[in-house]
Amino acid sequence: MRIGVVTFPGSLDDGDAARAARIAGAEAVRLWHGEPDLHGVDAVVLPGGFSYGDYLRCGAIARFAPAMESIIDAARGGLPVLGICNGFQILCEAHLLPGALTRNQHLHFRNRDQHLRVESTGTAWTNGFTPGQELVIPVKNGEGCYVADERTLDALEAEGRVVARYIRGNPNGSQRDIAAITNEAGNVVGIMPHPEHAVEELTGPSLDGLGFFTSVLRALAGASAGGQDAGGQ
Amino acid sequence: MTTQPEKSTGFAATDVLVNEFDGGPDTVQRALSTADELQPHTELGLKDDEYERIRQILGRRPTASELAMYSIMWSEHCSYKSSKVHLRQFGEKAPPNTRMLAGIGENAGVVQISDDLAVTFKVESHNHPSFVEPYQGAATGVGGIVRDILAMGARPIAVMDPLRFGAADHPDTARVLPGVVAGIGGYGNCLGLPNIGGEIVFDPTYQGNPLVNALSIGVLPVARLQHKEAAGVGNVVVLLGARTGRDGIGGVSVLASATFDEEAEQRRPSVQVGDPFMEKLLIESCLELYDAGLVAGIQDLGGAGLTCALTETAAAAGTGMRVWLERVPLREASMSPTEILASESQERMLLIVTPENLPAVLAVAEKWGVWATAIGEVTPAEADGSPGRLVISWNEHVVVDVPPGSLADDGPVYARPIREPADLILLQADKAETLPRPVNGDELRETVLRMVGSPNLCDKTWVTEQYDRYVLGNTVLAQPEDSGVLRIDERTGLGVALSVDGNGRFARLDPYEGARLALAEAFRNVAVTGAEPVAVTDCLNFGSPEDPAVMWQFAEAVRGLADGCQQLGTPVTGGNVSFYNQTGAAAIHPTPVVGVLGVFDDVSRRIPMGFAKLTGDGDQIFLLGETACELSGSEWAWVTHGHLGGRPPKVDLAREQRLGALMSRASQVGHVSAAHDLSDGGLAQALVESCLRHDVGARIALPDDGTTSFVYLFSESAGRALVAVPRGRDKAFVALAAEYGVPCTPIGMTTRDAVLEVRDEFSIPLPELREAWSSTLPRLFGGTAEIAGRIGDPEHVADPSTASGDRGVAAPAVSPAVSATSAASAVEAAAPVDADGGSAAAPLSVELEISEQEGTPPGGSSED
Repeated sequence: MRIGVVTFPGSLDDGDAARAARIAGAEAVRLWHGEPDLHGVDAVVLPGGFSYGDYLRCGAIARFAPAMESIIDAARGGLPVLGICNGFQILCEAHLLPGALTRNQHLHFRNRDQHLRVESTGTAWTNGFTPGQELVIPVKNGEGCYVADERTLDALEAEGRVVARYIRGNPNGSQRDIAAITNEAGNVVGIMPHPEHAVEELTGPSLDGLGFFTSVLRALAGASAGGQDAGGQ
Repeated sequence: MTTQPEKSTGFAATDVLVNEFDGGPDTVQRALSTADELQPHTELGLKDDEYERIRQILGRRPTASELAMYSIMWSEHCSYKSSKVHLRQFGEKAPPNTRMLAGIGENAGVVQISDDLAVTFKVESHNHPSFVEPYQGAATGVGGIVRDILAMGARPIAVMDPLRFGAADHPDTARVLPGVVAGIGGYGNCLGLPNIGGEIVFDPTYQGNPLVNALSIGVLPVARLQHKEAAGVGNVVVLLGARTGRDGIGGVSVLASATFDEEAEQRRPSVQVGDPFMEKLLIESCLELYDAGLVAGIQDLGGAGLTCALTETAAAAGTGMRVWLERVPLREASMSPTEILASESQERMLLIVTPENLPAVLAVAEKWGVWATAIGEVTPAEADGSPGRLVISWNEHVVVDVPPGSLADDGPVYARPIREPADLILLQADKAETLPRPVNGDELRETVLRMVGSPNLCDKTWVTEQYDRYVLGNTVLAQPEDSGVLRIDERTGLGVALSVDGNGRFARLDPYEGARLALAEAFRNVAVTGAEPVAVTDCLNFGSPEDPAVMWQFAEAVRGLADGCQQLGTPVTGGNVSFYNQTGAAAIHPTPVVGVLGVFDDVSRRIPMGFAKLTGDGDQIFLLGETACELSGSEWAWVTHGHLGGRPPKVDLAREQRLGALMSRASQVGHVSAAHDLSDGGLAQALVESCLRHDVGARIALPDDGTTSFVYLFSESAGRALVAVPRGRDKAFVALAAEYGVPCTPIGMTTRDAVLEVRDEFSIPLPELREAWSSTLPRLFGGTAEIAGRIGDPEHVADPSTASGDRGVAAPAVSPAVSATSAASAVEAAAPVDADGGSAAAPLSVELEISEQEGTPPGGSSED
């Protein structure tokens, strides 16, 4: 399986996302923001960082990159896409996910080992977890406060599209403690914390992040086997 | 964007400078015809005899641009004119060393750590700008040191920040600290460099003179080492990166080389403004250029901007250089040649490339969206073999014609008068060992809680969680651990450990011992993780070199550090001197900050500082080293008595080496589950930190050997560490300690119950300890969160009223009008040749207040 990792000017965690994909057993393919060609990858990760310096709005410029135009089309066609931190912001700007990420309520950049609860295992990126499973994954952002209007939030909850919530403390003031959400089809997931920083004993607070990358490999294997693997064991 | 900049044509009112005749800049030709014209050399910080030397060197009066260049390059900051004679010791006393590939004099020292890999690291000061404008001052401090690392051919992989502020509860600290921390985070996080450690120290001595030091480390294949020589006649001189603006003009001469006075607030135009996104692009494009072998020479632009880069690259090669200034991409077309040469705009590098490679270089710049412009070419040495000349023209006017070496290498050198401070004898006689002490367990308990909550010993999470420590995915240990530890090679596990330490109080009591203590602590912090210390960098923060007492402190500290490095076999690979950390007559404590680099063959054997969660029995806790009654200059004396006096603890570097060798061996055989160095706050602080790291309790029984519990807990004797050893390995470890000649005293066990208990004295539940330890900084600075968040934030910077935002609670908001006038008068202090400040004031203040966010035309808002 081949997981593409897009590098925008100002992407910072692209190397880490590629490493995580490799550790999970995938082939990591580096994609360049200026090229529309996705080189036939089976899934895409939009990594963390400060694409285009976060100028205008986080993710607002990246959303128009040639690579993104292709990814938006492919995502609508079912391509699994994971947006981490700045990637999440880009997915919202691209309207693949609802809502927006705004300045942390306390106005500080905050980096800490964050406790999460997995709320939905029905997505391409979380099918390997068990519902309610608790994870420890680093969070690090200045604009990670998830906001949406009440109707959208209610819909997300009702449709089981809240993928993960912050527990034991909300690091940025996100509404309803939302840390990750997905689209209707479950192939596009945006998450504020950084799974790619929790994939090795030596460098991470846990190995909990690996599950996101092994999940998508399961989903892809299931898909290519013709079956749809809901996961959850 | 590799397009040429729009050429500045004609002259606006702002171009007419006082000592230039209408219609053009002060040219070499004009200098010859107006030999006796009065020049503002004193205003630019040049002494009369220095000005005379310039005239001798040139055989005429300097042009306005040349005068500005000499004033910058001969400033204390660039020329090291007061420190040179002392710093030589680092070379003379350097221990034999096979690892060093580049040392003092280069942009940063380079140390080989394997057959094919090397690391480069250096610590530098950005003290003065950070006081004037905390956010941008600290941010550009990070940007500057990172470009030094980049210029050596390395990919920067981490930063560290030793910070010192005034009293924690002083209102101005509430202005400076949040801004500095937000600036370091704002720049480093956006650059994608993990912040893995540093220091945060509070002391009234730094009131008005905060110390913002920045360290960066990078890694490079040995074969990719870069040089700054502008070699190869006919090669092209390329300016890469951001466009040149009016920010930071005279930064090094005005800010870094002068003592603060009541006008400090008016110097904000001398502070550079940073753009970390541009620097990230600059890093990626430079690395791509290195790997493609397209760079013949490279130098970063930092302090002294183009002036420094052009003269140093040419002087290093002995060649000449021809530069056309009108080709330099500008943010404002109205900039004068002198301003272009003096600008300290950030995120710029100077490349020397062969003409054949130029198109490829421009293509890489294009790919990353970075400006790259050919601004000159390398010219031959003189016919008689003497070094070539640096000739700079601007729109057909030759404004500079100098021997580059006269600026870069032949600056003035002073052997400043030296005198031991008159008060030192009395200070050393006033020992802390005689102060009243806690007399029973309850008082000891109360003292422990008070100490752990004191600003210097408390939890620093409020600061460090504003820094990204995970990016790049190689951070093995980061603050609050004793050292930052990084994986360098994923295949082999090769890694490094870095620690940076200093103690101004010890240095105040005895600068020679204080410098050796700082070295010993950094060495120990690296050693307790199991790494082998191999090299040193230093940042020497002192008062005014014109004060013989300060100069004595400096000479003693340098002698101490050089002797210490010689004995430990760890050479000084580079560093930085910051003088004039002084407001009025009051100098800061002499503060030598020392960084030590250690190497791991396999970083997976690193030893963390926190007691490990219990799986079976608790681990046995040992105290390594000897505890004497050494309380003078200690944190205890300061916190409980506000006392500073006596002599600092003794340093025995041979003991430090034995301790280091033991820890390295122990980590190889896996005897130790946790290790923590003892320094500020002594054993009590080390126990608290080791317990709270993973909420593991400890039951301690101090030896009954005549030394009181109080001395055991709060003495700051050097050469000590706390280690935890798993059951079953304790005998082997004790034997190993004996083999290495390190005193090893069993003092207790880690326990399941979350309590720190010292038998017969006191016991404190960990939640109570944590509350006392972690509530201090939020209480002091939590309320300033909004201010910290707003500083330098584009949408807020654009609003003139937030010109006062970074003054936080310390000062009332100033009106736009006020900030404009302050900027106007600041021009006298800032823009060298501009004696009457008014004219250039408007664009200057616009450049600073509004930066480029709005693209407001020069002369915009600030006049109203």
